[in-house]
Amino acid sequence: MTAILQIIFDALSLGSLYAIGALGIALIFGVMRLVNFAHGDYISFCVFAMLWPSIDAAAVVFAGNLPTFILIPLILAIGAGLSVLSEILVFRRFRNANPATMMIASFALGFVLKHFLLMLFSSRPKSIDLWSNLSLPVEVAGARIPLLQVITIVITILILLGLTAFLKRTRFGLEMRAAAENFTMARMLGVKANRVIMLAFAISGMLAAAIGLILATQSGTADIQMGVSVMLVAFIATVIGGLGSLPGAVIAGFLIGGVSVLMQVILPLDARPFRDAFVYGAVIACLIWRPQGLFAPKSAKQRV
Amino acid sequence: MTILSVDGITVRYGRLTALRQASLKVDEGETLFITGPNGAGKSTLLKAIAGVVPVAEGAITLDGKVISGGSPEDTARLGFSMVPEGRHVFGSLTIEENLMLGAGMRKDRARAGDDLAAVYEVFPMLKERRDKPAGVLSGGQQQMLVIGRALMTGPRLIAIDEPSLGLAPKVIDQVYETLLELRDKRGLTLVIVEQSSTRAMMTGGRMLLLRSGEIVLEGDARSLARGDTLKKAYFGYGEH
Ligand SMILES: Nc1ncnc2c1ncn2[C@@H]1O[C@H](COP(=O)(O)OP(=O)(O)OP(=O)(O)O)[C@@H](O)[C@H]1O
Ligand SMILES: [Mg+2]
Repeated sequence: MTAILQIIFDALSLGSLYAIGALGIALIFGVMRLVNFAHGDYISFCVFAMLWPSIDAAAVVFAGNLPTFILIPLILAIGAGLSVLSEILVFRRFRNANPATMMIASFALGFVLKHFLLMLFSSRPKSIDLWSNLSLPVEVAGARIPLLQVITIVITILILLGLTAFLKRTRFGLEMRAAAENFTMARMLGVKANRVIMLAFAISGMLAAAIGLILATQSGTADIQMGVSVMLVAFIATVIGGLGSLPGAVIAGFLIGGVSVLMQVILPLDARPFRDAFVYGAVIACLIWRPQGLFAPKSAKQRV
Repeated sequence: MTILSVDGITVRYGRLTALRQASLKVDEGETLFITGPNGAGKSTLLKAIAGVVPVAEGAITLDGKVISGGSPEDTARLGFSMVPEGRHVFGSLTIEENLMLGAGMRKDRARAGDDLAAVYEVFPMLKERRDKPAGVLSGGQQQMLVIGRALMTGPRLIAIDEPSLGLAPKVIDQVYETLLELRDKRGLTLVIVEQSSTRAMMTGGRMLLLRSGEIVLEGDARSLARGDTLKKAYFGYGEH
């Protein structure tokens, strides 16, 4: 029983990261039809923003030493700022370009960010100590669960509730949902394109920052590659969820997290090193079964 | 008084010229029908005014302000409300959300509430279903919704692209009745793209015929539709 509980918490906390990542990608795709491959590098950037540039193995913590109630908003703001800046400087010029061109621009931006970090910090992962007492276990119904897992899940639930309230209850949220369904029509009704897009980028950047904070706390390291691996799975989750569908992205994120953890448990020992092959096999099967994704939005096809 | 003036605009899609040196003026409070065969450039003309497609040459002014080169949202904010071909309701938004979206740019939120009540009065069917997703509406109901939504922006001019497309004759009658009532009550200016000249004849107003991207005929809707000048111009007899 406690083992099962442990598996459930593992699955939920891993799924949380994928879900938040997928949400960040789906939000941008919704309003701009852009798959932003730089999203993973936003995650790494936010983690490294807590450090002072150096190529030593031990991180020189800088902003990371700030008290929590300042550090968290600061990192979220850095994520939002970086994301909005990339919209203004890069993606705005490609707004009417075809999706492939935009995607390549996002790859290029990702490379620029990655190499910028490489230049300042070198490629060696650094150890970083954020809220390390969170890795202590707590007792949940007899099972010993790391506190950080519980917090990750709670934060994710709060993010999902907050975002839902924002989208459903506010004027900006209404405009964003309309823009995601049919941008041109929304503009013809006076919805300001720049405002909606910048808002989507800001939220997406904050989600990336949240992942960065959780990952850095979890792993105790700052690694330039750390965002990219989450981003890859998150991207797959947005496709499985049906590109542009926000609930789809979230559910698919949790689904992949769940399948990964489950495979880790049920696969025979010899096969475990190839777990990811099985996970991606399941992904392929899922896409063959439903190529449009699990929850394809009706709108994705047509615009005025 | 002229509210909208289009001066020699040319619109190209790649190498195809969809609109060539088109000029027209619309007076405040009038009804202008734009007709012409498929592919003539009627929708393109409205889209160019709305700022959805860029103009290669010429200028468009609304109320004395140049709007060509601007964005759709700016044009909408100046009082031009467009109901595009194919209606484009936001199917995942509720009916009321569809309507309220139009009211976003209004500074006077209180007026928007009054307008919502007014739209519901004109279309009681929308009020009954206000919390339903707009995607469930029938074609005719969707047409009502997009007209209502266009009204919510507090426009001075409404342009509608083929309002009768795919609707039963009875429903078309209803749509036109509403439009004309709104025109008379609110002093709205109407620009209507319509393939059939019979509607223009029944309604009256001015009519303009587009063919192959050029405005080839212009005049009073009733007198044009009565004679066979229109038919000739429509199909391009006796020219080549
Ligand atoms: N987005 C586009 N890209 C390329 N060509 C286009 C585009 N939109 C329209 N066209 C072309 O421009 C010309 C004019 O099209 P438009 O839609 O304005 O005609 P229309 O008069 O509205 O026709 P219909 O009565 O069928 O609605 C047509 O030849 C059409 O094929
Ligand atoms: Mg048309």
